Amino acid sequence: MFSEGMFSLMGTGLLETLYMTVVSTVMAYLIGLPVGMILVVTDKEGIRPNPTINRIVGSIVNLLRSVPFIILLVAVMPVTRFIAGTTIGSTATVVPLVIAAAPFVARMVESSAKEVDRGVIEASLSMGASTLEVVLKVIIPEAKPSLIVGAAIATTTILGYSAMSGVVGGGGLGDIAIRYGYHRSQTDIMLVMVVILVLLVQIFQEIGNIIARKCDKRIR
Amino acid sequence: MTQTPIIELKNLNKTFGTGEEAVVALDDINISIYPGEIFGIIGLSGAGKSTLVRCMNLLERPTAGSVIFDGTDITSLSDKALRNIRRSIGMIFQSFNLLMQRTALDNVCFPLEIAGVPKKEARSRARELLRTVGLGDKEKAYPAQLSGGQKQRVAIARALATNPKVILCDEATSALDPTTTQSILALLKELNQRLGVTIVIITHEMKVIEQICNRVAIIDKSHIEEMGPVDEVFRHPRTQAAKKMIFPSGDVVEEVTGYGKLLRLVFDGNAANRPIIANMVLKCGSPVNIVFADTKRIDDKIYGHMIVQLPENEEKVRQILTYLDMEEIAYEEEEYDVQ
Ligand SMILES: Nc1ncnc2c1ncn2[C@@H]1O[C@H](COP(=O)(O)OP(=O)(O)OP(=O)(O)O)[C@@H](O)[C@H]1O
Ligand SMILES: [Mg+2]
Repeated sequence: MFSEGMFSLMGTGLLETLYMTVVSTVMAYLIGLPVGMILVVTDKEGIRPNPTINRIVGSIVNLLRSVPFIILLVAVMPVTRFIAGTTIGSTATVVPLVIAAAPFVARMVESSAKEVDRGVIEASLSMGASTLEVVLKVIIPEAKPSLIVGAAIATTTILGYSAMSGVVGGGGLGDIAIRYGYHRSQTDIMLVMVVILVLLVQIFQEIGNIIARKCDKRIR
Repeated sequence: MTQTPIIELKNLNKTFGTGEEAVVALDDINISIYPGEIFGIIGLSGAGKSTLVRCMNLLERPTAGSVIFDGTDITSLSDKALRNIRRSIGMIFQSFNLLMQRTALDNVCFPLEIAGVPKKEARSRARELLRTVGLGDKEKAYPAQLSGGQKQRVAIARALATNPKVILCDEATSALDPTTTQSILALLKELNQRLGVTIVIITHEMKVIEQICNRVAIIDKSHIEEMGPVDEVFRHPRTQAAKKMIFPSGDVVEEVTGYGKLLRLVFDGNAANRPIIANMVLKCGSPVNIVFADTKRIDDKIYGHMIVQLPENEEKVRQILTYLDMEEIAYEEEEYDVQ
């Protein structure tokens, strides 16, 4: 059953999955990090409280987060076609992945940033730091270990979503698992895909934890 | 004083919240702090000390009144101008508030970075400051690797980086043990003398005020109750709040039994090297019961206060009072049921 062709198919699937995951994570952070910071800064306990902005941004984030990914995947197909030119394949899947993951990332970033000691932020304000300086030089560097752990969680979540996109021909390991395991009842192939996905999740999470621990200067 | 104040608070009011939940933290505060002095603000927990000091650099916006720094009312400044002014006002905190992911050196560099000082120049200035506070060998250490006293020294170096005119200290020694407290206070005093930097100290500890402050304000329930030179205020507290603060002995007095008068003796430095109590007992031929004593020797003079229980015999009491008058020791009668 594991012919040459099967191995190369798996290799391609693995690469596609990594590609979707990495590209989507990076793009989700490009959007989610600033959005998360806006949520923190405009919070009523934040350094620039702004209930209006906070409520609007917060609602959009909540709205997107409350749509199950599998439905979002189908619902945003027109957007996907508009941006990627197609709705099939791994590049197309990046679009719904980013739309689903960015709000999730924003909330992760928000919670990491809220862990930063209020006193340290006040101290930097007392030294004349601007809001942007507080965000870039205090909140992000001080929250770095927590942000990295969060990034690992976000990556593994996106990995899981990317596998789900196999249902609509999204490419990658999930696609193979569905095509062979579900449509052709080749359970063994499906199992192998699941094992690879599990391993990937473990590896990403562990790498994240190690980097976070290495860069955290609070210990020792 | 004929100088112009470096910090002047005028009719300052701060109310948190609105309507029924409103909490008045500061009520009509008027304080002038002059260049080069060490000004203490003492009060019990919740009195409004932190709010008061945070109003001085507008970390807290007063609800009413003005904050004048070096001749400028800073409450009406733009954000940018205010950030500039803040570089002239250093601040240190009870919990140090160092950046945990930066080394000691990089912590001291932080305010310089914000002020736009070139990196190389900032580093050499930061090194010099760490040496000034006695941490020349700790520049690569992270805050987690430093003791409380060392962290506060880094914080002081950081506060000094931009050559401020004033340093605000909010309970800067409250998290430290007595020995470390002494050394931090000594450092602040030295910096005050050497650099002429004005220091504002918030504390709930009498000892801190006694040790380094020139003037003191006593704050109680959002009000300034008393203000003046430390020895004057501490020798002759006028208000009830000040007395309670300066003579915290109510609980001791409550435990005394017997009928003899309770007398509080106040030593304000005039009883140098004289065994007052022993002589009093010998002269009047009558023992007294020392109920409470909190005295200390500074520059060979005795400061502090003591509560003694006098004999019931009225004649002896008269003799004792005459003796105290002769020795010029201030005293006042103390109630038994002091709360
Ligand atoms: N952000 C805030 N919101 C509402 N109330 C506040 C706030 N900050 C302080 N207060 C209230 O103002 C009063 C004075 O508080 P403040 O922190 O200035 O006291 P403090 O003298 O510094 O006390 P401590 O010695 O415990 O630090 C308290 O009643 C407190 O509950
Ligand atoms: Mg306080």
